[in-house]
Amino acid sequence: MTTQGIQEIPHDRQQLERVTVRFAGDSGDGMQLVGGLFASEAAWMGNDLGTLPDFPAEVRAPSGTVAAVSGFQIQIGASTVHTPGEESDVLVAMNPAALRAGLKSLRLGGVVLFNTSSLSERSLQKAGLSPEDLDAMRRHHQVIDVEMSRLCQLAVADTGLTKAQAERCKNFFALGLLSWMLHRDISPTVRWIQSKFAKKPAFADANVKALEAGYRCGENAELAAALPLYHVPEAAMAPGRYANLTGNQAMVYGLMAAACRSKRPIFLGSYPITPATDILHEMIRLRQDGVTVFQAEDEIAAVCSAIGASYSGQIGVTSTSGPGFTLKQEALGLAVMTELPLVVLDIARAGPSTGMPTKTEQSDLLQALHGRHGEAPVFVLAASSPADCFAVAYEAVRLALTYMTPVVVLSDSYLANGSEPFRIPAAEELPAITVALHQDATAFLPYGRDPVTLARPWAVPGTRGLEHRIGGLEKEENTGKVSHDPANHEAMMRLRAAKIHKAAASLPPVQVMGDPQAPVLLVGWGSTLGAITEAREQLQQDGIAVAQVHLTHLNPLPPNLEKVLRSYERVIVPEVNSGQLAAILRERFLIPTIGFNRIQGLPLRARDIHAFVLRTMEESQHVHA
Amino acid sequence: MSTLEEYAAAAAPAPLTREDLLPEGEVKWCPGCGNYGILTAFQKVLPGLGLPREQFVFVSGIGCSSRFPYYINTFGFHTIHGRAPAVATGIKLANPELSVWVITGDGDALSIGGNHFIHALRRNMDLKIILFNNRIYGLTKGQYSPTSQFGVTTKTSPLGVPDYPFSPVRLALAAGATLVARTFDADQNHLQATLAAVAQHKGAAFVEVWQNCPVFNDGVFDDIIGKSFRQEKVVYLQEGEPLRFGQDKGQVLIANGRGMQAVPWEQATPDTVIRHDPDHADATVAFMLADMEEQGLPVPMGILRRVRKPSYDEIMADQGAPAGSVPDISALLGRLEGWTIAER
Repeated sequence: MTTQGIQEIPHDRQQLERVTVRFAGDSGDGMQLVGGLFASEAAWMGNDLGTLPDFPAEVRAPSGTVAAVSGFQIQIGASTVHTPGEESDVLVAMNPAALRAGLKSLRLGGVVLFNTSSLSERSLQKAGLSPEDLDAMRRHHQVIDVEMSRLCQLAVADTGLTKAQAERCKNFFALGLLSWMLHRDISPTVRWIQSKFAKKPAFADANVKALEAGYRCGENAELAAALPLYHVPEAAMAPGRYANLTGNQAMVYGLMAAACRSKRPIFLGSYPITPATDILHEMIRLRQDGVTVFQAEDEIAAVCSAIGASYSGQIGVTSTSGPGFTLKQEALGLAVMTELPLVVLDIARAGPSTGMPTKTEQSDLLQALHGRHGEAPVFVLAASSPADCFAVAYEAVRLALTYMTPVVVLSDSYLANGSEPFRIPAAEELPAITVALHQDATAFLPYGRDPVTLARPWAVPGTRGLEHRIGGLEKEENTGKVSHDPANHEAMMRLRAAKIHKAAASLPPVQVMGDPQAPVLLVGWGSTLGAITEAREQLQQDGIAVAQVHLTHLNPLPPNLEKVLRSYERVIVPEVNSGQLAAILRERFLIPTIGFNRIQGLPLRARDIHAFVLRTMEESQHVHA
Repeated sequence: MSTLEEYAAAAAPAPLTREDLLPEGEVKWCPGCGNYGILTAFQKVLPGLGLPREQFVFVSGIGCSSRFPYYINTFGFHTIHGRAPAVATGIKLANPELSVWVITGDGDALSIGGNHFIHALRRNMDLKIILFNNRIYGLTKGQYSPTSQFGVTTKTSPLGVPDYPFSPVRLALAAGATLVARTFDADQNHLQATLAAVAQHKGAAFVEVWQNCPVFNDGVFDDIIGKSFRQEKVVYLQEGEPLRFGQDKGQVLIANGRGMQAVPWEQATPDTVIRHDPDHADATVAFMLADMEEQGLPVPMGILRRVRKPSYDEIMADQGAPAGSVPDISALLGRLEGWTIAER
């Protein structure tokens, strides 16, 4: 499809640069579904956007309670959107518990579309609310009462659905109403419903009727006076084809693209773990497209099977999260010693131990760098947005194959589940990955090396004349035979380290964003890019000079990083941990770093970074005065 | 001979010989180790299988047994403790044409690697898992293992082993191995015949090899397979034959309604005699055979069970694209639901 805005913008609509909406309902209310469809409507109308689901840790907590509330937040914009939004402007609340949960992030004076059909003494009690609490909410926000369930029942009355089935259409009613309010075209949603329920015409009919009833409801006399009407113009986006992808989906397509470009088959060995499991789901969906997916008995088997596949000539990949990553570390050391390509995707979550499995944290940078016994250096990369997961996964495969070594990719819960428009590249836009399996049996040295990359040959079983043995025992240089020779061990230790560090020269230098002459530099990595960028842009709008760099390569670090860091009086490192990158930068470059750290299982907020930068600058002025 | 045939003969590799398999370096097991006999059997069996050398991969974990890949000149991967079946799984799935052998020990397979062991068998992964069982930790110098017998004194059990042992064959049967066999290091002919049969099997094959550790557990199997006991304490399983043993095969194992019992051959009747049928779908008799040592009956050597069902790689081939195919990213991305932003 091509974008197609509603051409005429009525004069009574307020134009907004961006708006953040939160859908909140019971786990079974279909909030994730309509949130995703609202994203499609916005994309269809040319907005940039970011989304973030927020679901409960329990599969189905008791319905009607705050624990059972499933949320979906989306920010749409008429210009580049960096995050799924912090405070929401509009809350869709399907019951009192959703109202209570959703209000926490609604801005003061924000709009609530509240399903009053859900109101009862019992539902208020389940939500832990009193009628007085409701009154207080109404004083602070524009709560718009809509009997969504009842109106939905009326709209679908002639479709032959039972009362319970009709009740389940109310999410579409809510989407219709919101679409009217925000001036979105509902035609893509209508088409989606018709294709999704093609085999169940009664359901298709009912859901479309509910959607249209919600849309029309906004126009009716009762609501019209109270309901604010908005419009968000289209954003200037680069031309091309787009898809709205979550970080985990983008990761999968990045891997597949790298397999295609390197002409090597790809193998995923994985064990289910939140929030990495969707990578396994997405990969198995693509099994007919040339990927071997192995659901292993545990995390260790998952990584070991990937190592075996790499040894056999495929791109071995394993996906996991923090606890699973810990279990894989011994095997990662084996891949370092045997110098086999391997990609480990660590979709981090709040730790330690089981921690908060559905909450985000940049928890594993130090684990990725130093988690193994002995000194076992690996490449470490971090994705900085949902769409960037594609590029980072691709780069990981490129490095693994080029240098014959494991690569760790760090993502996190926030990127994994969040989505944004991803511009679909043409295959030829992607950097070449050239790799060849070794064939020549004359003077074959299993641990001989490419002089530039220091990669050893990829000599796979089934190739005549290349029979050799590898393993976890220390290797003799060139021959690859087992060696306990002291000098050889030191040489090999240095060689394994050099292989990673030498690669730094070929990596892209970091780009300074913002004002390069500023006294303050913000240094980030991974999923904080959006929030830091937004904070930096806001500071610049306020007339405060700030510079920013964001790291994708964390081992080795980009070649110009030290020079950049030394060009600023203050280096502030915002992270969703207690200061892991800050510690690395101090250790590596002996420069003071100022950490801005939040460890609440939530993404950083731009305004908190903004405030911290201001405070830091004030403090330094006090010191100078 | 036509020119074409001459050309073909010149291009075809010479058949694999025992010499082709000899290691580059010296074999470093202790003098008298049972592993030497097992290595010899492999060197004799592999050339007869009709596969070129480069198709064999030996994958091992950690322990004395797991040094095996260094001592046979094929592809070899000496992995980490307990994980050989998992690494071998990846090797096999990436290239189902390979003949993949896992060499492991009682500690490697049944203790630290127990999970991978049972799951590889459960999936009917097309691997040949050969467990060298010496009932002791050898490489770490003499601690009890999960097959050490209850009450035995070792370095870590000065008052006797306090826990009960696994029966490897029983465990393998329960886990779903489609071939389960037992043999021992001192009977070269039986060892070779067993390995040759295993090599022909498609699916998860498991062999327990009783192997003597002359340093830390010398003679642990002597009261069964020692020359003076073997006749009375071992029953060699032969397809279609009754389970006879003893002097002049004068004894036979029969079903007695609750299990098995040994009786003089003359007392056996067609109703009670059990003719060995490893290919029988019902595993009941296989479990009884696996239980015989525990019951104080003669220990069966040979193939306890051998059934054919689709192996994991065969099932994967049915479900996905052919192994080794490469994705077409343009087609894949073209299928994504999306929208187009036109040039302005």
